[in-house]
Amino acid sequence: MFQGLWTTLKSMFEKPPTIQYPEEKRPVRTRFRGRHVLKRYDNGLEKCIGCALCASACPADAIFVEASENTDEQRFSPGERYASTYEINMLRCIFCGFCEDACPTEAIVLGDNYELTFTERTGSIYTKQMLLEAVPEGVKTTPQVTPPGVFTRSVPEMKDPTD
Amino acid sequence: MAKKLVTLRIDEHTLQVPEGMLVVDAARKVNVDIPVFCYHPKMDPVGMCRMCLVDVGRPVIDRATGEVVKEADGSPKIAFGPKLDTACTTPVSEGMVVITNSDKVRAARKEVVEFILTSHPLDCPVCDKGGECPLQNLTMAYGPGTSRFIFDEKMHLAKHVPLGELVWLDRERCIQCGRCVRFQHEVVDDPVIDFFHRGRSLEIITDSEPGFDSVFSGNTTDICPVGALTTADFRFGARPWEMVSAASLCSHCPVGCNITYNVRREAKTGGNMVIKRAMPRQNEGVNEIWMCDKGRLGYHFTESKQRLSEPLVRKGGELVPAGWDEALDLVAQKLREAGSSLTVLAGGRLSNEDLFNLRRLADAAGGQAVLDTHMGGGDLAALAVERGAALIVVNPNETRLDKFATHTLRYNPGELLLTFGGFLESAAGKVFAEAENALVFYGSNGLGLQQSTYLAYAAAELLVKTGHYGKANNGLIPVWPKANSQGAWDMGFRPASNLGDQLRQSKAVYIAASDPAGDDPALAAALDEAKFVIVQDLFLSETAKHADVVLPAAAYTEREGSFTSGDRRVQRYYPAATPRGLARPDFIITAQLAGRLGVELPAAAALVLDQIAAQVPAYAGLSYQKLAEVHEQWPIIGRSDVYYGGTGYENKHGLGVQLPCAAERGEKIDLPAAANPVLPSVPAGSLLVIPVARLYDQGATLRPTALLDGRIARAELALNPETAEKFGLQAGGEALIAAGGWRVQVAVRVDSHLPVGLGLVPRSTGVPVFGPTAVTIEPVQVEIKA
Ligand code: SF4
Ligand code: SF4
Ligand code: SF4
Ligand code: SF4
Ligand code: FES
Repeated sequence: MFQGLWTTLKSMFEKPPTIQYPEEKRPVRTRFRGRHVLKRYDNGLEKCIGCALCASACPADAIFVEASENTDEQRFSPGERYASTYEINMLRCIFCGFCEDACPTEAIVLGDNYELTFTERTGSIYTKQMLLEAVPEGVKTTPQVTPPGVFTRSVPEMKDPTD
Repeated sequence: MAKKLVTLRIDEHTLQVPEGMLVVDAARKVNVDIPVFCYHPKMDPVGMCRMCLVDVGRPVIDRATGEVVKEADGSPKIAFGPKLDTACTTPVSEGMVVITNSDKVRAARKEVVEFILTSHPLDCPVCDKGGECPLQNLTMAYGPGTSRFIFDEKMHLAKHVPLGELVWLDRERCIQCGRCVRFQHEVVDDPVIDFFHRGRSLEIITDSEPGFDSVFSGNTTDICPVGALTTADFRFGARPWEMVSAASLCSHCPVGCNITYNVRREAKTGGNMVIKRAMPRQNEGVNEIWMCDKGRLGYHFTESKQRLSEPLVRKGGELVPAGWDEALDLVAQKLREAGSSLTVLAGGRLSNEDLFNLRRLADAAGGQAVLDTHMGGGDLAALAVERGAALIVVNPNETRLDKFATHTLRYNPGELLLTFGGFLESAAGKVFAEAENALVFYGSNGLGLQQSTYLAYAAAELLVKTGHYGKANNGLIPVWPKANSQGAWDMGFRPASNLGDQLRQSKAVYIAASDPAGDDPALAAALDEAKFVIVQDLFLSETAKHADVVLPAAAYTEREGSFTSGDRRVQRYYPAATPRGLARPDFIITAQLAGRLGVELPAAAALVLDQIAAQVPAYAGLSYQKLAEVHEQWPIIGRSDVYYGGTGYENKHGLGVQLPCAAERGEKIDLPAAANPVLPSVPAGSLLVIPVARLYDQGATLRPTALLDGRIARAELALNPETAEKFGLQAGGEALIAAGGWRVQVAVRVDSHLPVGLGLVPRSTGVPVFGPTAVTIEPVQVEIKA
């Protein structure tokens, strides 16, 4: 019996595992699959080329993409094509990460954010503006004016992921 | 002419096919897939890509005896060639053995794909062909997983080369199969694109001005086995797998091309189902697997912002939105009041169902059903077409058909019927009289309503005289200005001899899918005199602006229906897009109106057709099920093996039904005597002008296609240089032409192929010339700025 009480007593002085969410937050694991982020290159161009492969890979049919054509005067992404509409319905998404796997440019990444709340159904649709990450410091946002003949390739050369 | 059959073996199948058939086609008969890139079943083989390599063996023949040498077991001895053969250039022969599944063949295919990919970009994610790409599919099925070639040595070529405004080329993706060039040369005879340079630097170029000047250019994007050719219209429009398809018909002309609309939800239009592209649907009796660019691009009227979306009623001089009930009650009341002085005027782009209900409504009210057309003779039309015949072309001016004609006859405009008078004595006439089957195609180019009616009578008389009527493959085929003009005739609509007077005297005019006021200012004035005008249309047309009630109609793409083509094939179409606003199908509006007048009309398309079948003798026995029947067509096209015939669609929704002509049903047609219509007298200083049709006209359903703006017909006067000089006109200048109460400024085009002393103006461009007309001409002085 004393042995049991001793355990109780001991745990009273231990550091509690409970944290004071939302004041306090734990960092997520590297492979955590949270809310999606649409990535940019260092020069500010969007990685997403509007190919809709994520949408076709998605088992929950959560993604809707419409593409349009880039010009050097109005460039959103390298190559000819960019996503003029990009929407993810977070109520449908099952955070499986298939979209991430399907993306040929590593544009869509399941991020760290797990705090998804909406007060109405339409609020669950995240638009491109909500999903796109901010441009790096000192770089213009899209659309950009770019020199002709430079950004002709949609799909960059890529290496196998390391983590 | 049944061809001799030969027996051969392909893998484990033994089959019999007609002599001369190519191995690649024979294999399809037994469902053996031989992959191809350059071969296309509608074109001569060229053997350029080597994808179709197979092992071909033939029986060994003893030269001395001429007998087949036998193996020890009694089977014929087969000698295989030292190398593989291309199945697309090898015709079948007796006793042939074809092996398509050996390791040798597989290795060859793998190497051909690897070779084709040596300089192919990694574009699939952004490529419009991705998902329905023969190269993608065949690489997955037969190609190597990796390449031995060096990635950095790929050629980098221009990716955005507009061949014309409609078709764009991506040089990197082209695999040099030559299908596009061969299509333009062999199938269309518009040799406006060609190969340039050789070997790895080979390019596709256009040598016409404007670029890729062919009205069938869009077909090259279907048969291109890669995403090298894309239409400017569909570029990045959607991925192929995201769209759903709806079987439909083209509504722009009376040929009745079978098409498929690809539809997808669109964020821009608030989540509506929107047509993204039109593709041909195979119907070997009509359009085979092709369609023209007018049909391919001319669907944008459906999504036009100008579409009417709610009923409008005139209140205090203004057209203001009203509810359906209010509008229909008002119209019903006016129809009741008008009684027999009601005129129902319909255009030839309505479906049979719409026209039938409209005519029933006109009958119920005691009014008259009038067709808005400039061409007559629909009561004489007959039956189908065969190929490889003698072609006799009768035209006032040179046309492209002349090239294919065995006999060409020219006439002075208006004196066409004189040509018919002496026709049977001419060389061409003898060919015609002696022909086993004869067809007369007649149109209204250069003619007015009266003249084309007479023309139809004269042609019919000719057919009767020579015995070419009342049997299959013989008769008269009108080339109508509208998709369903024939249907309108069959549903009992007839043109009015004097439309202006008729409108003026009507107490109520009910106009559907027709724009008399926009065509002719004189009719606009007549409409203003009519007591009450109801217009049912897609757009707020000129006519609708004169209306008291405007009813918004659903476009044909948004509903069901059927059209009757010029050669009298009834075909049905299916709904594709979301209906606009409160718009309703024409036949439903009419049925609801009839209901208010105490007449029961069916309000479902299938039921209307049942009634048509019951009441219109030529349509007896038709039903929607019947129109939806299909039988297997050859070549087999449009299944998942898009490499074979391109991305056109297999027909699963009906080939339509060919109507028998009246004579075949044993009915007698009364032939009125064909008088030669009098030409307007041409006073000195005036010029005789005739109206001609242009493919890209200014029709209400084509104008919303912005892509065609550069090619659409404009108000112009085309004449011979000599005639132009006589009137002091200069090529590229402007002129004012005038006749009886109107004056219009037009551009001047000079063309030495035209006859002297004759002017041509395109229809639909706002110049009120509807038949041969004498006009006065004044050059417009263009000020040249220093
Ligand atoms: S995570 Fe899975 S369910 Fe969510 S959008 Fe991506 S593919 Fe679809
Ligand atoms: S996120 Fe990636 S897969 Fe999705 S459309 Fe953009 S580029 Fe394509
Ligand atoms: S043509 Fe076919 S294989 Fe080539 S990039 Fe386009 S989809 Fe891919
Ligand atoms: S453009 Fe297309 S159809 Fe024409 S040669 Fe190249 S691959 Fe063949
Ligand atoms: S060589 Fe036979 S298909 Fe190209």
